[in-house]
This record gives sequence, structure tokens and C-alpha cells, in this order.
Amino acid sequence: MAGEEVILLSVYASMFSMRVRIALAEKGVKYELKEEDLTNKSLLLLEMNSVHKKVPVLLHNGKPILESLIIVQYIDEVWHDKNPLEPSDPYERAQARFWADFIDKKVPCKISLQWAAKGEELEAAKKEFIEALKVLEGELGDKPYFGGEEFGYVDVALIPFYSWFHAYETCGNFKIGAQCPKFAAWAKRCMQRESVSKSLADPEKVYDFRALTGLQIFFIIYMFDFYCLNSLDFIRSQVRLLLNFVIRISSKQAVCY
Amino acid sequence: MADEVIVLDHEYSPPANRVIIALKEKGVAFVSKQEDLPNNKSSLLLEMNPVHKQIPVLIHNGKPICESLIIVEYIDEVWNDKSPLLPTDPHERAHSKFWADYIDKKIYTSARPVLTTKGETQAAAMKELISSLKILDAELGDKPYFGGKTFGITDIALIPIYSRFYTLEKFGNLSMNEECPKLVAWGERCLQRESVSTTLHNQYETYDFMLEIRKKLVVE
Repeated sequence: MAGEEVILLSVYASMFSMRVRIALAEKGVKYELKEEDLTNKSLLLLEMNSVHKKVPVLLHNGKPILESLIIVQYIDEVWHDKNPLEPSDPYERAQARFWADFIDKKVPCKISLQWAAKGEELEAAKKEFIEALKVLEGELGDKPYFGGEEFGYVDVALIPFYSWFHAYETCGNFKIGAQCPKFAAWAKRCMQRESVSKSLADPEKVYDFRALTGLQIFFIIYMFDFYCLNSLDFIRSQVRLLLNFVIRISSKQAVCY
Repeated sequence: MADEVIVLDHEYSPPANRVIIALKEKGVAFVSKQEDLPNNKSSLLLEMNPVHKQIPVLIHNGKPICESLIIVEYIDEVWNDKSPLLPTDPHERAHSKFWADYIDKKIYTSARPVLTTKGETQAAAMKELISSLKILDAELGDKPYFGGKTFGITDIALIPIYSRFYTLEKFGNLSMNEECPKLVAWGERCLQRESVSTTLHNQYETYDFMLEIRKKLVVE
């Protein structure tokens, strides 16, 4: 539409920002991407999301829309002429929203535990994470996408986490694809869509990005909507991560302990 | 066509209260089935919400819908002939959903430790809860309802907590009228609505109920 101004305040490695980038790409919306430095947030971000001060923020003709899933729903409503993301039937739509909500509740929390924990805690976190993926696999069944034949809302909600799997696998010393083959097949199918392959962060960069900013507590707090650590464990985990990164860079080898 | 609408419900559960209020706003006939929580969940609940095993669940013509705000949106979409609960403008819709989501994340999450802990932990949780309520107080401003002139999803999301204001005053030794005067006025305004006054227990009944829960849940 002529005269539309669309700006996205985003962070490259943020799974929640990736959701919005995928949705905008699916709809073919032209927009300006502003990469935020979460250790030095722009005045625009602080003004437009004064409540949470988090990305992503979509600015449409100057008006902000916040919270990744709400933004995706908004994009689907406004640019409704192409590639519908949410089902049109109210019951199916409620089911899709349920699963996106499940993803938000069950997937990010486990991530925090995996980064900080070791030994029994790490094993427990891995187990819960895999269990959540298996529940999602059950819901996917034999369908190509969560919505059925077409790529849709739940797929958009979940696929960004795929870019973080290399980081979890490296730190957790496990192979997600081996334990959840249906999930791995679904992820590969999604990656064949241009909107996804162009929007997802490079898994290697995600790993390095995460380690690099390890000491920056605010970045981590804002990266995840849920975090399960108290601050001392958190500081310890970030120091470990940073050391790990330094060792990795100097020896060119991933070391996790 | 006669709709069959069942709600797996609990009279003191704020998320369940939201669903009941929404159905009453729409004038939908429904059956409420009270669940015996937490230890004696019905087989119907376990079958209809196998993932979370929680109330509320709306069962519409045999099909379950779970998660209170998702249910409220569903109700608004299906019974769309009266009392809209969400704005029609996409940006205003997103705004309403944002604040409903804020209420879920900030109010309900910090309300639980206020109920179940004591001492410094409880004090810290209370402080966070009050500061989140103050943000809502500011967001409401001078509007009659969160969405403006009409009662909507954000009001529905928050109003069940209004029954707990007396409990917060007792636990926190504070005055809600001093902390969040606009919310108190808003709460009284919402109670004028039949959908709200016939659903929520009053402040004192709620306080007694909270004390009972606290006896069972507080770690000594």
C-alpha cells in the first residue's frame, strides 16, 4: 500500500524478533529493519515499548505494536490479502493460539536452564525440553505443517527456536534431531521457505552471540520472557559461558562443561 | 441451532471468572461444572485439557478450548452479534491484547507468591505486584474502561483480581485506594455490570477463601 511506513526494532539472534521477520516476509511487506543493541537501547525502543523495553517492536505508520505473537496476529489482520497465517475458522484459530502459547510457556524456560546448569540440573532441563518437543511432535502428527497443508501461525511461532538448537546441542551434549526426528523433518521443510531461511539467524552466530554477551545481564533478561535462575547462578553461568567462548576462539573447539 | 456450552470452572479462579463474565456479556446460555481442585480433577477435565490439565476449559458442542484469554477471544469471534469485547481497529485490538497479556504476565505471576510465601519473599512479591498495578492504574487514566467507553477484554482480564484487593490490603498492610485509586473506582464501576457482580465473590468472602488456601500452601 502506498505511503505505508513499517519499521521493525529487532535483535538478530532473538527468536521473538525472527517470528516477526518471517511474518513480514510471508506477506511481502517492505519494511525498515533497525537492529537494537540491548546493552545500549535506542531512545526509540525505550519510547515505543516503555513498559517492557524489549524487542521486537513493530512501528506501523508511527504506532507501536508489541509482543511477538500479538505482532504476528496484527500483521496477519492488516495484510490479509496474502498467505494467511491464522486459520479462518474460530475453533481452529483458538487451537493454533493454544499451541503458540504452549511454545511460549514450555520452550524458552528450558533454554535458560540449559545454559546455566550442569550435571543433574542440565539432564533434567534437557529432559523437559525434549518432552515439550515430543508433545509438539504429537500435535504435528503426519501433517507437513502445524496448520495442515499450509505454513501458518504455529509454524511461525516455533521455527525461530531452531536457530538456537546448535547452541543447546553444543552445551547440552545431545542431538535434538535424533530424539525428535519428526520435529527435525518439519524444521527442514520450513527452512525451504524463503521467508524462513532469510529470517532465521545463523546457528553459529547465535552461539557466539550468546557467549559474547554473557556478562550482560540485562541482555539476557530481555532476550527471554521467562528466566528461571536467581542472579548469583546467573552471573556464574555467564562467566562460564564467556570463558567457554574465549577458549573456543583460541582453540577453535567447542568446549562445554 | 442449539449450542451446547459447558465451562469447567471454579468459583474462585480468576481465569475461570473471565470466561464466565465473557459468556454473560454475550448472553450465551451455558452450564458451569465446578472442579474440585487441585487433587480431584474430573476425568472430563483431564480428557478436555490433557496438556495442562487446568481450568478453565470451554467445551463448545463437544470441542474444547483452553487458556482463558484465548477462550475470551473465541467467545468474541463466535458470538459476534452483540457486546464486542475487542475493538475492530487492528491497532487498538493489538493494544487491548497487549494489556491483557501484561495482566497475565505481571499480575497473576506475582500474585501467587504473595499468597503462598511469607516474610521478605512475600514483601518483595507484594512490592512487585503493587508496582505492576500502578502501571495499570496509569494506563487506565481517566477512561471509564481500559478500552475506552466500552467494557472489553482487558477489563475482563483484570476484574477478577479486584475481588482480591481487600486480601492485598490485609496481607500488605496498605490501602489500595491510596496505591491505585483509579483502579478502585474502575473496579466499582465494573461491579455495576451484572456479568461481573453475579460472577465474582465479594472481597470478604474472597479473603476468607484466600486464608484457607494459604493455610494449605504456605511452607512453614
